[in-house]
Amino acid sequence: MLALLVFLPILAFIAILLGAPARLTAIGASAANLSIGLYAAFSWKYSCWSFSVPVLEKPALNLAFGFPPDGMSVVMVLLTVIVTLAAVLSGKAPEGKEKLYFGSSLLISGGALGAFAATDLFFFYAFHELALIPTFLMIGMLGRGDRKEAAWKITIYLGLGSIILLAGLVWLTNLTGTYDIAKMIAAKDSVDPHSQKSIAALLLVGFGTLVSLFPFHSWAAPAYASAPAPTAMLHAGVLKKFGLYGLLRIAIPLIPEGLNAWLIPLLVLLLGNILWVGLVTISQKRLDLMLGNSSVMHMGYIFLAIAALVAFPENPLAQPAAVLLMFAHGVSIALLFGLADRLERNTGSLDLSDLGGLAKSAPKLAFVFGIAAMASIGLPGLANFSGEVLVFLAAFKTYNGTAGLGPVQIACILSIWGVVISAVYMLRAYRNIFQGPSVKATESAADLTLLDRIPTVLLILALFAVGLYPNLLLNLLK
Amino acid sequence: MPAYYLEVLTVTLGLVLLMAEAFLPTKSKARVGIAAALFLGVILCVTCTATGPTPGNVWPTWIGRFYQFDSLARFYKLFALVTTIFVVLLSVDYRKILVRFTDHPGSENGTGEYYALPVFACAGMMWLASARDLAGAFVALELITITFYILVAYMRRNVGSLEAGVKYLILGALSTGFLVYGIAWMYGTTHTMVCLASHSFIMSGEITNPSGLLFGIALIMVGIGFKIGAVPMQLWIPDVYQGAPTPTTAFLSVGSKAAGFILLIRFIEPLLATEITRGPVLNLLIILAVATLLFGNLAAIPQTNFKRLLAYSSIAHAGFLLLALAAGAAETANSLSSAQVVSFYLATYLIMTLGVFFVLAQVRIQRDGENISDFNGLGKTNPLLALSLTVLLAALAGVPLTAGFIGKFFVFSLAVEAKLWAGVGVAFIAAAAGFYYYLNVVRAMWWGNAGQMAKVNLPVISKLCITLLTISTLVFGIWPQPILALLK
Repeated sequence: MLALLVFLPILAFIAILLGAPARLTAIGASAANLSIGLYAAFSWKYSCWSFSVPVLEKPALNLAFGFPPDGMSVVMVLLTVIVTLAAVLSGKAPEGKEKLYFGSSLLISGGALGAFAATDLFFFYAFHELALIPTFLMIGMLGRGDRKEAAWKITIYLGLGSIILLAGLVWLTNLTGTYDIAKMIAAKDSVDPHSQKSIAALLLVGFGTLVSLFPFHSWAAPAYASAPAPTAMLHAGVLKKFGLYGLLRIAIPLIPEGLNAWLIPLLVLLLGNILWVGLVTISQKRLDLMLGNSSVMHMGYIFLAIAALVAFPENPLAQPAAVLLMFAHGVSIALLFGLADRLERNTGSLDLSDLGGLAKSAPKLAFVFGIAAMASIGLPGLANFSGEVLVFLAAFKTYNGTAGLGPVQIACILSIWGVVISAVYMLRAYRNIFQGPSVKATESAADLTLLDRIPTVLLILALFAVGLYPNLLLNLLK
Repeated sequence: MPAYYLEVLTVTLGLVLLMAEAFLPTKSKARVGIAAALFLGVILCVTCTATGPTPGNVWPTWIGRFYQFDSLARFYKLFALVTTIFVVLLSVDYRKILVRFTDHPGSENGTGEYYALPVFACAGMMWLASARDLAGAFVALELITITFYILVAYMRRNVGSLEAGVKYLILGALSTGFLVYGIAWMYGTTHTMVCLASHSFIMSGEITNPSGLLFGIALIMVGIGFKIGAVPMQLWIPDVYQGAPTPTTAFLSVGSKAAGFILLIRFIEPLLATEITRGPVLNLLIILAVATLLFGNLAAIPQTNFKRLLAYSSIAHAGFLLLALAAGAAETANSLSSAQVVSFYLATYLIMTLGVFFVLAQVRIQRDGENISDFNGLGKTNPLLALSLTVLLAALAGVPLTAGFIGKFFVFSLAVEAKLWAGVGVAFIAAAAGFYYYLNVVRAMWWGNAGQMAKVNLPVISKLCITLLTISTLVFGIWPQPILALLK
């Protein structure tokens, strides 16, 4: 079953290449995948989902998919299928580029699904790379503004990050002697403390670059700003989470001591994400750059959850917190990028100073954007709130009054300021765009059509469902 | 059929083709090329069924002295045949350029030998894969090299081709000198020529002072280094690759390199089995590997000519192959031997490189240039062709889910297993640089401005070959077992 989920987008890509109608095929495949994904959320514990085909005899290597018992994969798969459908529904391909546009989106989705579902380290890595290539191509060919520069930058950054990551992973497999992730974790005693420290550094930098950990983040904002809408939605929403997922899936079970040695640097860097990039976000003059930076900033909270887990591996809250926030952020940032694209198509500009009073001519857009902005700030009732609160709780889970504040708690207190920062830039952007007197660009701007509302409703539903009843996901993560 | 008939068949095919080309009145010499490819295909099938000596079918002793047939030999014979078939097919499509620079510009009169000569080189490569003694290996190698002297300088009215021919001739002769001198030293210290099969010659030679032997080994490695393009014997590669006709460049970078590597594998196999020579040979190999990786990859970065870039890339890949050999790994229950990894890597390298050369040849013919800028906007004019080239270049760079990644992956595993940390570190830098320069071409294709660039119309043969090679790159990237099965 899981193989079907992974290969459906890839098969649809091939079909598009061979001449099938691009948009319809993409929507059909994504909708089918969404239903399979939802079905998986109920039945993922059954063995019918796992899939394994031997690829190599020497060294033993299987093309294997499955849902490990911790439930992280299921949540990530759900996130992927939801965002994919929204992305292909909300994107509008430039004339004559439908094949590339929808085909690439499907390929990114298939790669992400493969990476999240793989239980074998080789394909875990390989599928992520598969998804990166169409990302680069889409930004370079169909992007806006300074697309070549942005595409080249993301290619170099993520290419180098992947190679550093590969170095760490090869090292790990060499020590444990297998590619099967479950077997690797079983053999974790063979990773000696000295290697742990070096491998942890490689994995933190490698995965960190992929997730735009400060200071390896400077590729992200320009890339998202110039990427076509589905690419930005899929990369910022889904594919970027691969790095965090990898840290949770591989680094934390295998090399806890090695990561612990880097705890303080990690905390400093994640504060860099939240506070430094947060301030950078406030100073942005364009909506797309602002959203790009804000997505970098929010990665800091997830890293905080990971840091809490590194500091106290028994922490029961940290992993669910991280995964919940990954899901929430993925959905909300995808919604924001989708709406920003709509906004640009309707008004012709994303420059905050060019816009104003859009709520009069496009009330529906204003309403939906308001919800997305509130979600991003972390208003109660929306998914991000449950995620962020859980992260903060996880950071304080091990606090005891007599020992005083540990480094994780101090970082947590500082990072709560990030919520204020998000409120400042999001609300200011909202005011600039939707309120005040109408200007020329917004006077006669079109509102959301019925067709536009389907993907937004899908994403908002997900945000509310998880926000009001987080146990939907937390039950999966038990 | 006993395996030694294969070389006889191939040489006969070459001779017949030469005769046919000279005496049969045909307007289009391309038919010679088609015939060559067809008959080589027949020999390919025969190779699959050829057998070594069996109890029921004993080979004459005089053949057994210089000829062997095992799975490695069969693999490299198939390798040579496949390469030659593709090269001949490429030549058929490349004749539009060829006729401009031969004796009778505009007519195909002077181009017939161009399809027949690769067959002789192929015979040399096949023999080399089976050679047991150094003299036989030397003759086979010279058969390859001398054929290449002609092929490189074939466009005799083109200055670049002539220059390449002269450079290849001089440096090739120099390398031959090293090789012969080294063989003489080997023979002098061990009193035998049969150095490629068993290591008994070192044991029985009662060598008390190994320096003479080591000197001979070093000289032979220098000679082989020229063939495979190991630094510092790589000097000829960029100029010769750039000047030679494109099919010949493809043949040089795949066939000639593989021939060098099978000789190197056979040559070091017995040396690694003996304590006296194992250490020095592995040290020499790792030094060569590190130097080759660094030079090949870093020098490739600033290149603007695509053919020259491929020359540096071929040096870079030689570095990875040498690194695998420097690991000196024997086959175990859980991992492949160095020789198997090198052979697998070469097979994937064949697929990717030949595919790229097919595209390059068509761009050369139709856009009249070989610079990276001549690929500008190919994504707009020929999306499918550009997609194929993207896959092939991504495979050369080692992107996962392509055949190139699996090869690199094996090499890294071996190197880590053997704890060659310097080699692993340099190889990572090399792989990172590889990403940069290969994707540079991808960038030109997809993001470059097409300007006045014309659409490239692919002839049937090129179209089929490019499709086949691209699909193989992807299939073997997910399912490499068929190639590995040949190496058992």
